[in-house]
Amino acid sequence: MKAFLILEDGQVFEGKSLGATDEVISEIVFNTSMTGYLEILTDPSYAGQSVVMTYPLIGNYGICYDDMEADKPWQSGFIVREFAKRPSNFRSAASIERFLVDNHITGIEGIDTRHLTKLLRERGTMNGMITTDENYKLDEVLPRIKSFQIGHVVLDVSCKKKIEYSGEGYRIAVIDLGCKKNIVSSLRQRGCHVIVYPAEVTAEEIIADKPDGIMLTNGPGDPKSCVKTIAEAKKLFETNIPIFAICLGHQILALANGADTEKMKYGHRGANHPVKDMKTGKVYISTQNHGYMVKEDSLDRDVVEVSFINVNDKTVEGLHYLGKNVQTVQFHPEACAGPLDTGFLFDEFINMMEVSK
Amino acid sequence: MPKIASIKKVVVIGSGPIVIGQAAEFDYAGTQACRSLKEEGVQVILINSNPATIMTDKDIADHVYIEPLTPEVVKKIIIKEKPDSVLPTLGGQAALNIAMELEEEGFLRAHNVRLLGTSAQTIKKAEDRDEFKKTMEKIHEPIAPSQVVTNVEDGLAFVKTIGYPAVLRPAYTLGGSGGGIADNETEFVKILENGLRLSRVGQVLVERCIAGWKEIEYEVMRDANGTCITVCNMENLDPVGVHTGDSIVVAPSQTLADKEHQMLRSAALNIITELDIRGGCNVQFALNPESFEYCVIEVNPRVSRSSALASKATGYPIAKVSAKIALGYHLDEIINAVTGKTYASFEPALDYVVVKIPRLPFDKFIKANRSLTTQMKATGEVMSICTNFEGALMKALRSLEQHVDSLLYGMEKDSIEETRADLYRVDDRRIFVVAEALRKGITEEEIHDITKIDIWFIDKISNLVKAEKRIQSEPMTRELMAEVKRLEFPDSVIGRLCGKTEAEIKALRDSYGICAAFKIVDTCAAEFEANTPYYYSCFDGENEVEQDNSKKKIMVLGSGPIRIGQGIEFDYCSVHSTWALKKCGYETIIVNNNPETVSTDFDIADRLYFEPLTPEDVEAIVELEKPDGAVVQFGGQTAIKLTEALLKMGVKILGTSAENVDAAEDRELFDEILEKCCIPRPAGKTVYTKEEALAAANALGYPVLVRPSYVLGGQGMQIAIHDEDIVEFMEVINRTVQEHPILVDKYLMGKEVEVDAVCDGEDILIPGIMEHVERAGIHSGDSISVYPAMSLTPKIKRVIEDYTRKLARSLHVIGLINIQFIVYQEDVYVIEVNPRSSRTVPYISKVTGIPIVDLASRVIIGEKIKDLGYASGLQPEADYFAIKMPVFSFEKLRGAEISLGPEMKSTGECLGISRDFHEALYKAFLGSGVDLPKHRKMILTVKDSDKLEAVEIGKRFQALGYQIYSTRRTCRVLNENGVKAEPINKVEKPSPNLLDLILGHEIDLVIDTPAQGIEKSRDGFIIRRHAIETGVTVLTSLDTADALLTSLESANPKDMSLVDITEINRAGSAEQA
Repeated sequence: MKAFLILEDGQVFEGKSLGATDEVISEIVFNTSMTGYLEILTDPSYAGQSVVMTYPLIGNYGICYDDMEADKPWQSGFIVREFAKRPSNFRSAASIERFLVDNHITGIEGIDTRHLTKLLRERGTMNGMITTDENYKLDEVLPRIKSFQIGHVVLDVSCKKKIEYSGEGYRIAVIDLGCKKNIVSSLRQRGCHVIVYPAEVTAEEIIADKPDGIMLTNGPGDPKSCVKTIAEAKKLFETNIPIFAICLGHQILALANGADTEKMKYGHRGANHPVKDMKTGKVYISTQNHGYMVKEDSLDRDVVEVSFINVNDKTVEGLHYLGKNVQTVQFHPEACAGPLDTGFLFDEFINMMEVSK
Repeated sequence: MPKIASIKKVVVIGSGPIVIGQAAEFDYAGTQACRSLKEEGVQVILINSNPATIMTDKDIADHVYIEPLTPEVVKKIIIKEKPDSVLPTLGGQAALNIAMELEEEGFLRAHNVRLLGTSAQTIKKAEDRDEFKKTMEKIHEPIAPSQVVTNVEDGLAFVKTIGYPAVLRPAYTLGGSGGGIADNETEFVKILENGLRLSRVGQVLVERCIAGWKEIEYEVMRDANGTCITVCNMENLDPVGVHTGDSIVVAPSQTLADKEHQMLRSAALNIITELDIRGGCNVQFALNPESFEYCVIEVNPRVSRSSALASKATGYPIAKVSAKIALGYHLDEIINAVTGKTYASFEPALDYVVVKIPRLPFDKFIKANRSLTTQMKATGEVMSICTNFEGALMKALRSLEQHVDSLLYGMEKDSIEETRADLYRVDDRRIFVVAEALRKGITEEEIHDITKIDIWFIDKISNLVKAEKRIQSEPMTRELMAEVKRLEFPDSVIGRLCGKTEAEIKALRDSYGICAAFKIVDTCAAEFEANTPYYYSCFDGENEVEQDNSKKKIMVLGSGPIRIGQGIEFDYCSVHSTWALKKCGYETIIVNNNPETVSTDFDIADRLYFEPLTPEDVEAIVELEKPDGAVVQFGGQTAIKLTEALLKMGVKILGTSAENVDAAEDRELFDEILEKCCIPRPAGKTVYTKEEALAAANALGYPVLVRPSYVLGGQGMQIAIHDEDIVEFMEVINRTVQEHPILVDKYLMGKEVEVDAVCDGEDILIPGIMEHVERAGIHSGDSISVYPAMSLTPKIKRVIEDYTRKLARSLHVIGLINIQFIVYQEDVYVIEVNPRSSRTVPYISKVTGIPIVDLASRVIIGEKIKDLGYASGLQPEADYFAIKMPVFSFEKLRGAEISLGPEMKSTGECLGISRDFHEALYKAFLGSGVDLPKHRKMILTVKDSDKLEAVEIGKRFQALGYQIYSTRRTCRVLNENGVKAEPINKVEKPSPNLLDLILGHEIDLVIDTPAQGIEKSRDGFIIRRHAIETGVTVLTSLDTADALLTSLESANPKDMSLVDITEINRAGSAEQA
């Protein structure tokens, strides 16, 4: 069946439908990872977005359910050049086509993804619609596409109630803003007792559970829409409990401390982003997935120092709050998909708790 | 950290002659590194014995020594030049071994020279089997159970603990030389004995066989600050068991989930961190296809063939970045030249698929064992880029130029049982056999079970087979056409499958509006803007290449994969022509498909199209670029073959016209021209059939030369001495379809002489005359070539100059011409004329200091020789000698016949240059690996007609203290003529016989001249193979033996002089040390 991707500027790409055929309107973003499509599909940070994979062959190693980063995919749509019809991997349990059908994700293949990526790069992230309706009318759909907003989707992806994973080590409170599974796994691998809270949990509730450390996770959408979480984060910041925050969590803590965030032209999404550790000058390759960033000139240098920058565009990739055991990063040390190079940040978090004891 | 200020003068060691396992990739790496060092203001001293390389040009380095690559020579150069550093990681294993030797003996320290980049300790940890194993154990990186052994007993004891099959890998050898997989004790002992001898340190690793696992490679970079990145990962289509150089390789990996990829990537970074690598490094893994189990196969702490491939596959210049790291820079301080905005400290993201296919030499060595093992056999490779795997595979297949343009290989008539049996055979045809098996209905699972090739690849091949069937059976609708073009079926194959002509398919395709689009290789999957002029085509996307018509455009057609007969020389010519045309203000476009070469570096031409060199692929580029002209005379036969097609497309051929190229090849036209010029040639005839050939041979009288016209490197050329030979040759020649006639010529056993000349249509310029040491009958590429010609009288030289001028003018040559002559009894005959660049062009340019490619390029665009600052005619001779010595790779090709004849067999060459002829000869032999005397024992066995000449040779070796062993008849003649020789039994006779002697490892040299024609006895063949495989020098011509004697008789290695090529000026004098 034919399918169409209609961009908000009126450009139309024709391809073939794959997976669900539901019409979806979302933000269109591209990801340059060459592997890890399942992790990307199931990363809750993509809620409200359809992802264009720049690598042309997707689904080669099928679906290895163990690699899912959430219980279900959160993307609206999936845009690729070519789906693998016959996957091959010893762990593969299904084809990606099966997975998309099972999870009601609208897919489209046969798209010149490079051409599309260049458009998104040049004009910035756009909204778009994927539809199988050949009789679509541009003047009817364009206003709908243009008016789409992701909104406060954090509440959709966050857990609805507290979940506890027991462990012998430090007690960690994880505020789930759209948490990838491997954040919890990375803590549990280090022996932590992990309690995951819904996004709008109060600071008091967390403090009452006496955590040794607090973790703010990744998540979708504009950080400024997380008004309540920002306020609670400020309160948690004022305690002396060590905090480690990733991605949206990093932005929320910055906002809580008076800094500003802004939407980027087309964001950072991929597994090859170089971040430089300002202390050692060493560069690590990181996984990234963000469309907003902390504005460097909005930082209060008496409160915070930049700990990591992106080597390519020099944007802020990590903050260290002066005199506090608070470390936040824009990139994803939990990887999945992507390089494991910055996993040591979890060890540093453990270390912070060790020191503050 | 910025550049280390104390690095001011650096010695770069090259990789020497092209041999199997060490090819053009090191010229690419070395050239790129030298240019980047110079960019940083560092003085570069280059050492490489290979004159066909671009790195040995005077504009690449400040001082260039084309001298034998031995530790002694490198020491001499260091003493003379007083550098502060040596960069050893760019010249392959050859350079690394020399640097290690100098470091270990303390020479470098004593002369205050530091090793740049990776340290000696690191090299040792990565290369020494035992140290490597210990290092891997320390950081818990698994390796296959293995043990380093230094003798056969220990090997046998260990293999009992791991069982057969077992893998053997000698330490410090090229391309896995001497290694292999042993299935039983006999094989094990044989490979082990051989490996122990070939290893520089007498070590062989015996390990558990993991054949059938996935073979995955990572190209990684690390700087002094500990920043590590992976440039690229690659997956071999051929599972572990086939050397990666002989495998079909895909980038990036296709069948690895992110978990497996990250596991191996982390392991690779872990390894280079522990090894403290500074620069580029290659890590090879075997991955169990059924689990997360993996093991490290090998680490190469230097740039390699794989890094050249990774550079071209991603656009990330590994050699350049390695050189900068060696100077002290950190990765985040080095700009990514592709985007101009980002830095070298990132990992390239690909948005296409890359396929590499090796070019194997079995078309040259039809009797050699074709099976692929852990010992590399390929001479070169091709790479292709496409948006899907099927398309990339199809493009790569047709880039090979092996009479194959798809997966159809002519196996259709085989029975299903034959095809199934073929699946068990691991050789260069396996990919075609897999396709044939699918055509015959053998299931993907069964093919996987037999071959262990991942189902993913088999399924992709199956897609191509299904597409073949659709083309055959369905109407060619727009949709079907779009789909099969997306899969990169060429129009010719589509036409063949559906019974239409190529032109009809093209017309239909045009009517559907389906044409190739070009995409940019930008290292970042379009995330950042890039203006790299590095393009590939596909059929499923928007064209993103913008035309620029502000300047006149010239297209330079490259020479494709390196193969015997068409080597790196043609890349040298293509690159120099491009540079010359650029300098003259033209916009240059290169089309080529060889990832190992300098020409496919994205900053050589203004635009690079990484595409197959077929008419259809080139036409797509022509339609887009509309070049003002094309140059075909520098890209060997590959480019010449495209002439007709280019003319049809309306592209102007610059330089010698197509009709005149044809006239040189067409016997009748050529004879007319010769007659008009009053130039004699050996009598000959043009034939098509066996019967005609026999008649021609008998009319001319034996011996005769038989060869197909329009071939490279004398392919299929043979000397026949009787009818039987003709019958056999014609069968071999006609095995592949011949569009062109076969030539039968009277064979004159005279002196062979060769010239390269530039002609502007009027004037000619001959830089010099080269004379071959071996008499006519041995291919010019396999002969020792001497400049200036020593034994020609001034009168003959004038005749040669005169004939060259007449021929060049009659053929209206604009550009280069190569002519081969035979001087027979004071008469000069023309035997071959090629109105294009030749193998000797780089050599003669360097030793005369006359840049003839540059001159030819300028002549091609209309300049005149007299305006270029040169007098017309033969240039004055240099006052030193330059000898080009062929180098062979016979030890890598089991079963290949090594005796020399009219068909070319050498893979590379080296140079010996000196004011003294004898010294030049000595250097040339030394550079080619002939380092004698050692044990002063030799075997001399010659054909009857050579027996008297052999006496002279025997006498001279005896005078050098050699003990001579000979077979009965040779021995008798020697003894009767006063040469002491011991008789030794032939191979089939009881021990001790010739073989025992050779296997005793005490023989320096075997001189064995095979009977002409087709040898009836296998005896000589067995002797020669055994000698080669045990590392003994073998000569099959008494002329070569005479030259070797000449060099040995007057050699004085201690006092060897050095020649800096950059000091050679046009008048031909060089400053000597």
